[in-house]
Amino acid sequence: MNPIIATSSIGEYLEGNWHLSEGWAILIAAVVHAALVLAFFGVAPLFFIWLERKVAGRIQDRLGPTRVGGRFGWLQTLADGLKLIQKEDLRPQSADPFLFNLSPYLVFVASFAAFIALPFSDGWVAQNLDVGIFFILAVMSLEVIGVILAGYSSGSKWALFGGMREAAQVVSYEIPMAICVLVPIISAGSLSLVEIGQMQSGWFWNWLIFNNPFTFIAFFAYFTVATASVKRAPFDLAEAESELVAGFHTEYSGIRWSYFFMAEYASMFAVSGIAVLLFLGGWHIGLPILDTTVPRDFPASYFANLVGLFVFVVKSCSLVFLQMWVRWTLPRLRIDQVMTTCLKYLLPISCFLFLGAAVWPLTLAASLGRTTLLPETRATVLGMDLRIGEPLGERLYKSAARVERPVLLPPEAALPGEGERR
Amino acid sequence: MTILDVLFWVYALAAAGGAIAVVLTHNVVRMAFWLIVSLGSTAGLFFLLNADFVGTAQLLVYVGGTLVLLIFGVMLTASGPFINMRTNPGEGVLAGVIAVSLLAAIASSVCRVDWEDVSQRTAGPRGFNPQQELAERYYPPQSGSTSRAIGAALLGVRVDRDLGTARTNLSPGYLLPFEIASVHLLVVLVGAAYLARAKRRVNDRRDSEEPTGTQR
Repeated sequence: MNPIIATSSIGEYLEGNWHLSEGWAILIAAVVHAALVLAFFGVAPLFFIWLERKVAGRIQDRLGPTRVGGRFGWLQTLADGLKLIQKEDLRPQSADPFLFNLSPYLVFVASFAAFIALPFSDGWVAQNLDVGIFFILAVMSLEVIGVILAGYSSGSKWALFGGMREAAQVVSYEIPMAICVLVPIISAGSLSLVEIGQMQSGWFWNWLIFNNPFTFIAFFAYFTVATASVKRAPFDLAEAESELVAGFHTEYSGIRWSYFFMAEYASMFAVSGIAVLLFLGGWHIGLPILDTTVPRDFPASYFANLVGLFVFVVKSCSLVFLQMWVRWTLPRLRIDQVMTTCLKYLLPISCFLFLGAAVWPLTLAASLGRTTLLPETRATVLGMDLRIGEPLGERLYKSAARVERPVLLPPEAALPGEGERR
Repeated sequence: MTILDVLFWVYALAAAGGAIAVVLTHNVVRMAFWLIVSLGSTAGLFFLLNADFVGTAQLLVYVGGTLVLLIFGVMLTASGPFINMRTNPGEGVLAGVIAVSLLAAIASSVCRVDWEDVSQRTAGPRGFNPQQELAERYYPPQSGSTSRAIGAALLGVRVDRDLGTARTNLSPGYLLPFEIASVHLLVVLVGAAYLARAKRRVNDRRDSEEPTGTQR
């Protein structure tokens, strides 16, 4: 079995080997994928909330949770979760009951949907979308609607202020975030996160962060913007405990309140995962050992994928840890400073990076005859020979060949127009 | 009835039901919520049709962008806590007449097309697969990978027409219309920012001291 399509073919496996009908196969595959992603989506926030407390404790020179569940207090979050389930579900009299009850789920679903297209290892993705990163950005921008509705429907001034701040902040930060994401995509030439990850195999200098100076800076710009877009300190103006009680979720209690937090911690992982996939080599360890020596058949590639999963989660968790570190060491900005940071600094910086990343391969190709200063990266992605940093037009011609009706194109034939255009 | 049919009915009913709820609700923010349901279900229908790019664009542009703007507008213009819109019967009748005539126009044009014939002539990746092995080598069995084809068409290569043929005069592509539309949008944005910015009086002291003071 081709390792690339290992998980995207659960449905096909059921169809082929168990002779199920297509509908049942799709249904079972969807349930399996959803269960796996939901399990991760549920467990990761538990771990991150515990980690946040320990990190905060260490930074503030105290111990953090120590009692529940043995030595490190690692069951603290679970105990809190049980407590939250038992708490009364309060609703202010002035709230709009329908929207008030609904908005936590909206936030939750938007955050969860991002994990559908997030590959955890080579091909281990619930749905291998061709427009993966675009889809993730689209659904993560929906999270803000839930937050705004929560702030509006609470019928409380604190919550309304929090919701408005969140709206202003996220709408502004979406722009540099999208542009920063485009910078490595120009180098990779694909929107599919699986393909982008596969291109970064081999040595660590193949990682897109080292592809050219612009992607290097773009990583830091992206990480700043991503921290703001998941409303983490120093950009957590929507919550701002010191001014707004608890911001948009002031009026929430019990399990509805905890949904907001699950979504926040899961989104932290999602944006960190995007950073890892786009810049830091995805599930690759940075040495070509695993990528070249492991045979591409079932048991070996499965274990290689398990290692890849571990590497990906460790990398992403390190970035989440970095976000926590920043939160507990930097003071919160004022709302006008937050907007200034975005509109006057991050937006021009990201536009500059975007232009530079677009011009870079063309300049090198014109002067040096190659598209990168590093050893050229050739990757075979889905049976197609791809080079990182190849100018976009050529890549499009090449990759268009495999998309629609490949029957029209004899396998050995050259692509039309390629010779004339050069 | 396969699972895909069931999913189609779920999304179609949610899209239609959300749209009806938008009309019947009086609270503006609840209307915005029902609009999310309707537009999001439309995105779901696009995904069912293996049009991943269009579905995602629907999510980003309509559900994300438009609704954030709508909520902004509501919040900035509302005078009371939960504003309710009351329409008078005349408006209802007018809107009903327009809606029914629009429905009639769309329904008549839909019914006039021979869909069997169309689906045979424009069979998508699902139906059109005589060389299974070659097809699977070039793209994974999961279909919906349309973004490359769209990108190539933007640059003038229509993968459904131009590939494998010896055409040298390729079509100009959709890049120029796309750029014209985006520049147009930029002009609109600049104009909106000009109209919406804070008006300063001419005899404002700070304004007159600045050499490049903004004009009224």
